[in-house]
Amino acid sequence: MTPIEFAQKYNLTVVTPGDCSREIKGAYCGDLLSWVMGRAKEDDAFVTVMANINTIAVAVLADVACVILCEGAHFDEMSIARAQQQEVCILETDAPSFTVALWLGRELGL
Amino acid sequence: MSALKWTYEVDGTDFTRAGEASSNVKKKLRALGVPSDVIRKVSIALYEGEINMVIHANGGVIDVEMSPDRIDMVLKDTGKGIPDIEKAMQAGYSTAADEVRSLGFGAGMGLPNMKKNTDEMRIESTVGVGTTVYMTVYIS
Ligand SMILES: Nc1ncnc2c1ncn2[C@@H]1O[C@H](COP(=O)(O)OP(=O)(O)OP(=O)(O)O)[C@@H](O)[C@H]1O
Ligand SMILES: [Mg+2]
Repeated sequence: MTPIEFAQKYNLTVVTPGDCSREIKGAYCGDLLSWVMGRAKEDDAFVTVMANINTIAVAVLADVACVILCEGAHFDEMSIARAQQQEVCILETDAPSFTVALWLGRELGL
Repeated sequence: MSALKWTYEVDGTDFTRAGEASSNVKKKLRALGVPSDVIRKVSIALYEGEINMVIHANGGVIDVEMSPDRIDMVLKDTGKGIPDIEKAMQAGYSTAADEVRSLGFGAGMGLPNMKKNTDEMRIESTVGVGTTVYMTVYIS
């Protein structure tokens, strides 16, 4: 499933579409960026409440499929601009990380 | 093929630019067709090192050299130095200030991530003078 398809199904906001060809192949939840860097895998959905430009840098360098920002948090304009430039897909939702993880688990057949 | 070299100045005051050197290296390695697992290791190790130069020191210089069989990285800062390197390398050890913790740093996992993602890593540090981190990832 692509991040955009996931957003449509569970009613998340697509803040930036990123590289639309990517598939979500796994998921990692975390707000401490070095944990995410060390543990998230390529093509994971990165589920977090940490909304700053470093989140985008981690998404690029850990090469995740998308960032899913939970709990109604929002990125600032500079972070969104960086995400656009680096083709990072950002989704936002009011749901908590746990709920998003359940949705992802369902779609990934976990 | 001879070695390719890139140098980056890391601004020690600007969090919003941290990660630029790592992102740029990643882009270059991609364009050169370096295997994706090697790129990922270099990206993670370099980003953690770059961030440490900003949050624990006051910036510095990153040199990256790519040879046919290896990528060598040298991160040099003139920050406060690391008094006990062995302790700093332990997972979970951090002296990060509260304001950077609120940005998601300070888990004490940066140096362990650098170690895990490189084939060689060495830290030289003198308190009050600065820190130099040497890292190598092999291209097999
Ligand atoms: N370049 C540096 N100059 C001075 N001290 C450093 C430097 N790099 C690391 N340190 C010291 O080593 C500790 C551990 O570093 P490490 O990168 O593992 O964790 P952190 O940066 O505190 O947190 P995280 O990387 O998880 O966000 C730091 O808290 C700091 O005390
Ligand atoms: Mg660190």
